[in-house]
Amino acid sequence: MVARSLLTVEDLGAAGALRILDLADHMAEVNRRPNPKVPALRGKTVCSVFFEDSTRTRLSFETAAKRLSADTMTFAVSQSSLNKGESLRDTIETIAAMGVDAFVVRHRSSGAPQLIAGWTQASVINAGDGWHSHPTQGLLDAYTIRTALGRTGGLDGLRMAIVGDVKHSRVARSTVAIMRMLGAHVTVVAPRTLLPPDTGDAFADEVTDRLDDVIADVDVLYLLRMQQERMSEALVPNLREYTARFGLTPARAARLGQQTLVMHPGPMNRGVEIAVDPGELSGSVITQQVTNGIAVRMAVLFDLLGSGSPAAATTDDIREGLTA
Amino acid sequence: MSLLISGARVIDRNGERRVDVRVNEGLVDEVGTTLDPREGDQVIAADGLVLSPGFVDLHVHLREPGREEAETIETGSRAAALGGFTAVVAMPNTDPTQDCVEVVDFVARQGERAGLCDVRPSGSITVGRAGTQLAPFAELAAAGVRIFTDDGNGVQDPLLMRRALEYADGLGITLAQHCEVERLTAGAVMHEGSCCSRLGLPGWPSIAEELMLHRDIELVRLTGVGMHFLHLSTAGSVELVRRAKADGLPVTAEATPHHFSLDDERLASYDALYKVNPPLRTVDDIAAIRAGLADGTIDAIATDHAPHVPELKEQPLDEAPPGMLGLETALGVSLAHLDMPLAAVIAALSWKPAAIAGIDDRHGRPIDPGEPANLTVFDPDVEWEVVPARLASKSRNTPYIGVGLRGRVRHTILDGTLVVTDGAATR
Repeated sequence: MVARSLLTVEDLGAAGALRILDLADHMAEVNRRPNPKVPALRGKTVCSVFFEDSTRTRLSFETAAKRLSADTMTFAVSQSSLNKGESLRDTIETIAAMGVDAFVVRHRSSGAPQLIAGWTQASVINAGDGWHSHPTQGLLDAYTIRTALGRTGGLDGLRMAIVGDVKHSRVARSTVAIMRMLGAHVTVVAPRTLLPPDTGDAFADEVTDRLDDVIADVDVLYLLRMQQERMSEALVPNLREYTARFGLTPARAARLGQQTLVMHPGPMNRGVEIAVDPGELSGSVITQQVTNGIAVRMAVLFDLLGSGSPAAATTDDIREGLTA
Repeated sequence: MSLLISGARVIDRNGERRVDVRVNEGLVDEVGTTLDPREGDQVIAADGLVLSPGFVDLHVHLREPGREEAETIETGSRAAALGGFTAVVAMPNTDPTQDCVEVVDFVARQGERAGLCDVRPSGSITVGRAGTQLAPFAELAAAGVRIFTDDGNGVQDPLLMRRALEYADGLGITLAQHCEVERLTAGAVMHEGSCCSRLGLPGWPSIAEELMLHRDIELVRLTGVGMHFLHLSTAGSVELVRRAKADGLPVTAEATPHHFSLDDERLASYDALYKVNPPLRTVDDIAAIRAGLADGTIDAIATDHAPHVPELKEQPLDEAPPGMLGLETALGVSLAHLDMPLAAVIAALSWKPAAIAGIDDRHGRPIDPGEPANLTVFDPDVEWEVVPARLASKSRNTPYIGVGLRGRVRHTILDGTLVVTDGAATR
């Protein structure tokens, strides 16, 4: 049987996303223990295959796997045979032959995890592919919002603005999709040059290039990373102008609602998308995003690799698996 | 030995009739309502089948010299013959490039050695297809080259394109453009639209094709020198060519079977099998291509047959090369997807491209006594599916596996010799 995979948040659907978020609550409880380690995935092997550098995401996944007692392997491309001309498929099949239960894949090409899932019996977890998808980021963002607001269930009626380079952002694609799936209203804020060519209703609830029109009315302000190389592609004139139009400046921070959450997927460009000290923003949950990333990735790994039929696992089953 | 093809519906540029046709010594020998077999005649019972002039493909990549692991002139010629083609124009993006007499002579000679199809090498417009220096048009024309193109790349420089047209004037050759403004397609892997937005893939906008097409139509107007436009893929392109023709400009155009049968949603699989250049477009573009073929705006169906080894296609979309097979499925896809009279489909596969290729002295001829016997016999109604292992092409990158096709070639006759009989190559 081909194992289940997590390639996009859309694959999960709203029910699947809620299942992971609820599971993440249990994982967060594990993480608060003095010894945050449980035997749930003992005997399972999780291999991180990162074809693009991302120390943060890789460490987050590996920490999550270790806390569930899975064995972890890392395939670092810089030391790999891909540099010796071995194909992606051969590389995956070779590692799979060593007995791997899940691949955690980061790749600079959109769709690479989907291709890999077609070549292996193991589960494939997309840890970010090209501009396409970063489902665990979307999940941890939704989880962070839900936790910060003390909500259970979905996010009906919540208003979010996501600001910046949506076009090149897998984070934006996943976070917008999951937020809308859970009932939130999402406004995308960007100049046309940083939007995908088609932003119809299927993409977002609203699209605007005027941050000032929406900033006072949102429950969540999500800022995306602005990359320096976008300047040379004539997408924005310069960072100063970008910050003036789309950055969280002191003047804009003053207009944020008292309870408005401020989020960023990291790494932050201080002085560009956030031109204030995030430590001084009462609603900043940027650090919590990182912390919650572990619990959410534990939930994903448990959901895919846990014993029995994880999707149908009862709370008791989960508790049993999480007993130290 | 002579051949007697009996009982077929004969369709050529003069219309349709029900006649028997005898072929002898490379020529159509005799045409009549009922011909009796002569001693030694090989009789092909073709009741219910169509006999037409052989097909002509303006656009194939035979990969030799340079990429023989993907296709050779022999395997590509066999695929062509099985697809009913008696002539193909071999694109110049070989290694080395078909930009000098030595290389085009080699390609033509390999075609003759294979003896399955009339292989007509094209020449590149610029040396090495690098877009800077004109290839020696006159030398190559003297060696028999009639079509010049930098296919795979468009000629970006408008000055060079203008000079190429002016220099070509009077040489009896045709320049063919791959329309793509490369500054607008950097990194692109699929059509720019809602699908690429969703899939997070860099888009290839329609305007990149239409801008160059518009520029070159205006260069044709300026110079008065004709041009052929390769693989139109957008509704806007069809309209530009339609208007240019209405203005009386000497332009012709082709479209591929994949651009009138497959849309950009196929890329949701992230399978590089569906990566082509220009990319698969939207259902609206497909409708416009079909309408353009139906009203004659688009003259020819050309395959852009582009074999690739599996290792190259089993890669993420941005790393895989563009292109798919086309020769063995062209008729089946055309008859399955085009709502046109059969004679119009055959025209777009045979005599119209033959004229564009400058080989209408040998191909696409009327089926009359004394004419060269380059002929195809096909079943226009049979439904079939591609069996990958049975493809004659050395590569397997066809998107039509498991897809119902309609119409299949039974016999192909090249210079009076059966090169395909009962759907199998004879050599």
